[in-house]
Amino acid sequence: MSFELLEKFRDPALCRKILDKMRAELDGGLRFMEVCGTHTVAIFQSGLRSLLPEEIVHLSGPGCPVCVTHESEVNAFLDLAGRDNVIMATFGDLMRVPGHGGRNLKKAQADGARVKVVYSPFDTLKLAKENPGDLVVFIGVGFETTAPTIAGTMKMAKAQGITNLRVLCFHKTVPTALEALLTDAMTSIDGFILPGHVSAIIGLEPYKFIAEKYGKSAVVTGFEPLDILQSLDQMIGWRNAGEAHVTNNYTRIVSDEGNLKASEIMYEVFEPVDALWRGIGLIPGSGLEIREEWEGFDAKKEFGITIEEGPALPGCKCGEILKGIKQPDECPLFKKACTPANPVGPCMVSTEGSCAAYYKYKLD
Amino acid sequence: MSDKVLLDYGSGGRASQRLISELFLKYLGNDELNRLNDAAELSLSGRLAMSTDSFTVDPIFFPGGNIGSLAVHGTVNDVAMMGAVPRYLTCGYIIEEGLPMDDLETIVASMGEAAEHAGVQIVTGDTKVVPKGAVDKIFINTTGIGEIIVDPSPGGDRARPGDAVLVSGTIGDHGLTILGTREGLDFEAKVESDSASLNHLLVRLVRELPDVHVLRDPTRGGLATTLNEITASSGVCCELVENDLPVRPEVRGGCSILGLDPLYLANEGKFLCIVPQEDADKALEIMRADPLGRDACRIGTMTDANPGKVVLVTQLGGKRLLNMLEGEQLPRIC
Ligand code: SF4
Ligand code: SF4
Repeated sequence: MSFELLEKFRDPALCRKILDKMRAELDGGLRFMEVCGTHTVAIFQSGLRSLLPEEIVHLSGPGCPVCVTHESEVNAFLDLAGRDNVIMATFGDLMRVPGHGGRNLKKAQADGARVKVVYSPFDTLKLAKENPGDLVVFIGVGFETTAPTIAGTMKMAKAQGITNLRVLCFHKTVPTALEALLTDAMTSIDGFILPGHVSAIIGLEPYKFIAEKYGKSAVVTGFEPLDILQSLDQMIGWRNAGEAHVTNNYTRIVSDEGNLKASEIMYEVFEPVDALWRGIGLIPGSGLEIREEWEGFDAKKEFGITIEEGPALPGCKCGEILKGIKQPDECPLFKKACTPANPVGPCMVSTEGSCAAYYKYKLD
Repeated sequence: MSDKVLLDYGSGGRASQRLISELFLKYLGNDELNRLNDAAELSLSGRLAMSTDSFTVDPIFFPGGNIGSLAVHGTVNDVAMMGAVPRYLTCGYIIEEGLPMDDLETIVASMGEAAEHAGVQIVTGDTKVVPKGAVDKIFINTTGIGEIIVDPSPGGDRARPGDAVLVSGTIGDHGLTILGTREGLDFEAKVESDSASLNHLLVRLVRELPDVHVLRDPTRGGLATTLNEITASSGVCCELVENDLPVRPEVRGGCSILGLDPLYLANEGKFLCIVPQEDADKALEIMRADPLGRDACRIGTMTDANPGKVVLVTQLGGKRLLNMLEGEQLPRIC
């Protein structure tokens, strides 16, 4: 998209107009959750958070793939790093995520583990070819946004006869997690700002239950201030009228059907399984696993890795934060024992994590 | 000489002599260095500024410069930020065995050129060759010394509420160029490092406006980190206006692809300048008269609102914190 067009979605005068309108319409508060970490950051970065009326409570959801990666998944990839003949390949976000004993991939690397930060899963093909005597293990963390590219990489590896690439598959899917939040008695959410990139793949259909079954609204939204304000304003209007809807406001990128080709590739290689989410626990059908036909790529099978619920990190309130029950600065460790330089939980590590966003952007 | 740097060249014997006379003296030579004594004899007076830095940039060649010119620019700028005229440099080379001799020659040549341009002399140096793998191609250390010409000299602790915050040009160019080249990314529009010696411009500035409160080059950690250092040491708040921050559209574009923030990217040819309100226009005029300060502009004001913090006033008129960078910026998952 052109820069000029993007600028329109940042027009300060228009934003102010909508803010005024919202203020006039508001009766009672609105508790909204943005599912996607990029929205959290956008709301802070644009200064929107300091401009929203006080009655609007803004919650950051489970939409950062790093934050929801379960402790035992983190420990699994940390255990693999440093094994002989293993090269771990990962996106940069995972480098500082702490596992047991405060270990992380950066430290593993300093201890001699071979860890390679890649910008695209396709980079692993080259890595595998250049290191025929080693096993290249890609850490598959991410949502529907990332999973199709990784499926595509596996297909390409197969076509090129590459046999030394494995995927440690921890992919998760977004809609199932939202249902888990809606059924949790502790949460109180009036509406969702739905992730732009995830929705570009899966479309609108998988979110329809939010209005139909739970009577809450949800809007697929872009990342510019005007996108976000318009969606909030819309949800306030619906609530005042006693309605609930699921719509797509990000039509410049997201089609209602989603990207059928990408979904197809994703489900050709992966199948839904139950998955553990950090702080939330087991959510049925919320993970993706490598199908049997593709098990030659499966690092979990190769190394006999199992993922199980363990004791949570003492003190860390990631779970309540991911569910929108608490705000990051209500965590007793926030800015004290837990900082971006020394994160206790992943919400402080990821650039899209809510604790990191509060730490980085919030003026108090 | 052979076409690759061999361990022999660091032995101190005849091969070393040849490397020094045929390469280093050829490009860096001056009366003092040519004497090849154990130490250099300098003539300096008054209050001195001294700075050292080691350059380990990967890749060693990048659009807009290379590790050699960078090693001169970086140290010359650090000395000049004290309100000093940089005079002499030392340089230490640590070279990985096997480095192509042509590459070394290019690096030394551009180092000589950069020194000449900055008006500094490289008066003493050292060369070591280490076995393959002990360093990554080549590391260069430079130390610079210069004469301070203002009293008191500019310093981070001298920022005061009401001061104007100026920057000499667009930000993020160097950092994005290095990251892009390292990852072999082809950006649509060309990005280039801004690596340059700023001393001539800075000397003009402090001669005409001796009461400049702060001069800093926002290298590693970028503008945001440098401003945080200044607010921390002065205890004053810096309010930056997002709309006024100069970022090239191509840098903005490249950053958004990689999920990076130009405010945290390194610059090697820009400086921040904090001056009393009444000197702001004059300072901008001086900066803009120099090609290296052509795009100079005002980006904010020091206030007493949030002591020790950097606050960004966004395009929407909202306010948020602009914190220090934690660790290095890493591209995100999606
Ligand atoms: S996966 Fe995409 S949509 Fe989800 S948090 Fe990351 S950027 Fe946002
Ligand atoms: S501040 Fe740290 S410990 Fe607390 S919830 Fe956030 S990540 Fe967990």
